[in-house]
Amino acid sequence: MGRYILRRLLQLIPVFIGSTFLIYALVWALPGDPFAGKCGQRACPQPYVDMMTAKYNLNDSLVVQYFKYLGNLFSGDFGETFSGNSIGQMVADAAPITIRLAVIAVIIEAVIGIGAGILTGLRGKGFLDNLVLVSTLFLISLPVFVTGIVLQLVLAGQWGIINPSVSADATVGELIVPGFVLGSLSMAYIARLTRASISENRRADFVRTAIAKGQPNRRVVGVHLLRASVIPVITFLGTDLGALMGGAIVTEGVFNINGLGGLVFRGIQEKDGATVTGIVVLLVIVYLLMSLVVDLMYAVLDPRIRYD
Amino acid sequence: MTDPNAAGGLSHVGEPGEAKNPADGPHKPRSLWGDAWRELRRKPLFILSGVIIVLVVVIAIAPDLFSSRPAGFSDLNHANEGPSADAWFGYDNQGYDVYARTIHGTRASLLVGLFATLLTVLIGSLVGIIAGYYGRWVDSLLSRFGDIFAGLPFVLGAIVILTTFNAPDSNPSEFRIIAQVVGSIAVLTWPVAMRIMRSATLVAKQLDYVKAARGLGANTFRIVFRHLLPNTIAPVLVYATIALGAAIGAEATLAYLGIGIRSPVVSWGVEISDARDYFQNVPHMLLFPAGFVTITVLAFVMLGDAVRQALDPKAR
Amino acid sequence: MLEPETLLEIENLHVEFRTSDGVANVLNGVSYTVHTGETLAVLGESGSGKSVTAQTIMGILDMPPAVITEGSIRFRGEELLTASPNRRMEIRGDGVAMIFQDALSALNPVFTVGFQIEEQLRVRRGMSRKEARARAIELLDLVRIPAAKSRIRDYPHQFSGGMRQRAMIAMSLALDPELLIADEPTTALDVTVQVQIMELLAEIQAERHMGLILITHDLAVVAEVADRIAVMYAGRIVEQADVNELFRAPGHPYTEALMNSIPRLDLKGQTLKTITGLPPSLLNIPPGCPFHPRCERAEDRCRTERPIQHNIGFGRASACHFAEEVVSRA
Repeated sequence: MGRYILRRLLQLIPVFIGSTFLIYALVWALPGDPFAGKCGQRACPQPYVDMMTAKYNLNDSLVVQYFKYLGNLFSGDFGETFSGNSIGQMVADAAPITIRLAVIAVIIEAVIGIGAGILTGLRGKGFLDNLVLVSTLFLISLPVFVTGIVLQLVLAGQWGIINPSVSADATVGELIVPGFVLGSLSMAYIARLTRASISENRRADFVRTAIAKGQPNRRVVGVHLLRASVIPVITFLGTDLGALMGGAIVTEGVFNINGLGGLVFRGIQEKDGATVTGIVVLLVIVYLLMSLVVDLMYAVLDPRIRYD
Repeated sequence: MTDPNAAGGLSHVGEPGEAKNPADGPHKPRSLWGDAWRELRRKPLFILSGVIIVLVVVIAIAPDLFSSRPAGFSDLNHANEGPSADAWFGYDNQGYDVYARTIHGTRASLLVGLFATLLTVLIGSLVGIIAGYYGRWVDSLLSRFGDIFAGLPFVLGAIVILTTFNAPDSNPSEFRIIAQVVGSIAVLTWPVAMRIMRSATLVAKQLDYVKAARGLGANTFRIVFRHLLPNTIAPVLVYATIALGAAIGAEATLAYLGIGIRSPVVSWGVEISDARDYFQNVPHMLLFPAGFVTITVLAFVMLGDAVRQALDPKAR
Repeated sequence: MLEPETLLEIENLHVEFRTSDGVANVLNGVSYTVHTGETLAVLGESGSGKSVTAQTIMGILDMPPAVITEGSIRFRGEELLTASPNRRMEIRGDGVAMIFQDALSALNPVFTVGFQIEEQLRVRRGMSRKEARARAIELLDLVRIPAAKSRIRDYPHQFSGGMRQRAMIAMSLALDPELLIADEPTTALDVTVQVQIMELLAEIQAERHMGLILITHDLAVVAEVADRIAVMYAGRIVEQADVNELFRAPGHPYTEALMNSIPRLDLKGQTLKTITGLPPSLLNIPPGCPFHPRCERAEDRCRTERPIQHNIGFGRASACHFAEEVVSRA
């Protein structure tokens, strides 16, 4: 098992370097003056340019730049924005909010998705089944921002149940509707996945055996069927957590949440390369690590898969 | 947003197969495609989605059939008016007829979706089939390469690409922007198409008659085109259908973020982007184009689902 | 010697499968009886209805599309088909237990073998974890799985085929059932392992004085182990007899044909005898005797009149118009 982890980590490294280098190059390497617009209408004074160039290693080749940046990153130094704010601090402030949002989204999508999937998977054709199928189809098709906007319009604008924007504290209560929006697509997918898994396993031999043994129905479904069917769903939830953190930009935009997504967006608009690179690198790391964790989880959940 | 990266996984999830009727002519030779078509014809899902898609395509090809006003029509006197007999979708804040704009915007949205998907599937299939066919280190290399792009969250990646190539004060041409949007969608989603093609190829490679063909000395091209491709095309086709929907959704999302297609091109995404700051007070200027996006995406997802069920040999 | 008591009586059981292709008559009047300490072998080809009968006894049929249209199943005098679902659950595992053909798919892959045995003891008998663990290890010892104490923590896929089947047997014995149904328990195993498993079953049955219904299509297995045989064809019992009687003088053309199709090692140069044709589709069973299309001695009467199971001697019954003739031919 240890060797497997090591091997996977080693595989992860080139992918990590590839992704982050790609981003770095896109942000820093393209032709154009990185200082355009930084100093108002005029060109920036030379001492400023010199200082910034030294700070961001702009005179080095791209590759060297990249590795110096990476080096700094791993020692915790995210650097500063062009206006001198500590990126590390901004990330530290914004990250918990995005994490909270993503976790809430995962919880909501898990509860509703798995619940709906179990109900319809067990019951088979019928009104509830069609309802779930149609609504999941809808959720899959709705762009996230549409879901977000509509809910915002209805819940905040018309019914006044929630605030249209999330406050700076971003409490859990405020994040429930945004969390639902963020997780809506995955929720639909989870419902379908659970439904298919349960429906397939319902007829499995081992379920038949559990019944033939005289186990009560609640155990046949709740222990035997569930445990065997839930594996693909749990692994999906794991990767989703990583994916959601990166995909929260739209939701954070609609509901005005001061999370990482908002930070990135502002960084892009202000052409602050350091912010963008820093956050994207962070998110890529999270995503890659989560996929490793999910692989390991898979081995724990399904004893037929044991890596050595 | 229908995440283009999820579209690949979605093609495998859905309704378990239904009981089939072997009611048709007893002596007709049955092929997978013939069977699939016969089945599709009967499914309400297919018919409904087919009708919607045909309608959308017709609107895209001949928008003047549906709207007497051109997209640029504007009457400031009516600005912000809601839907009426005169303007079915109302007017937006600049006096544009929302209905006219939506109808005329269909073409751009559809084209973006179409080209983005075409590019994604072409690149993904090519890489996937090579990876699957040659295996070993080629496969490893190409898969890692795909992982690099797959590790970037779609929206983030698109934002970085689109803003990098367009400094905020530059004024790129229409064509350039459309090309960039198409390109960035393709660049970020091709790994999904690659994985599907690759796993389908791996399976097809094991088929006995493929091995036989190799044993008989058939050259690579022949094997790939005559034997592997027909077997691998089904899952890719299903994916492509759903991905088309996803790409249209992606265009809208990118426009909403302000980095997608912009004026003077009219697309559903552009309308949504223009509505972003005003929709609280003028909801109809955003909801109608968003509704069109949703329904179109829905139609493609339904179509993809129906095609997947029809092509699923397990449901025979 | 204990007096044999009647454990299970199946009377005139009719089961249909309602499918989109039509109604399949899967069981058409099945009747047999099993006593304590007795091994009844139910013999037949695939599709003859032998497994469906067992599943109906256990109550694990998929109820649509299956429909029980007629008949009665009594366990120790208690009617099962009208019993409450709760009562049926109580009887499962405790009164009647069942083991299946493929232990790898029949056992839950994500739980250890120990867990699957222990849950019987904990949930149905209220044993503590410790007690259940100890008893489970005893059961694994009983079925002769070596190193039971460590194997209790293994997963089904970590066992070999024969060991897995033994584990399944152990699991079925956990609640001390009075009747065990074994649905083709050795079909998936190597020949040498088959013998071991059959011997194990025989031993266990003798010790516990259980009833055993052995479902199989393998005549050799039957000859070694059974006390009585019921031969099934197209959802009916076509013959029932004591095992020795049956082998000595079959009383139905189908049984006769089965016996004749066994290759004989002592006679050389003979063509292999087979039964021409195929078993009928259960959607469309021929009128009269279901076997008549394949029977060498079929006459007009066979094509129109369905033969009823009737006694042809002490403890023997056959469903053929010419049963006595067939017996005397031997």
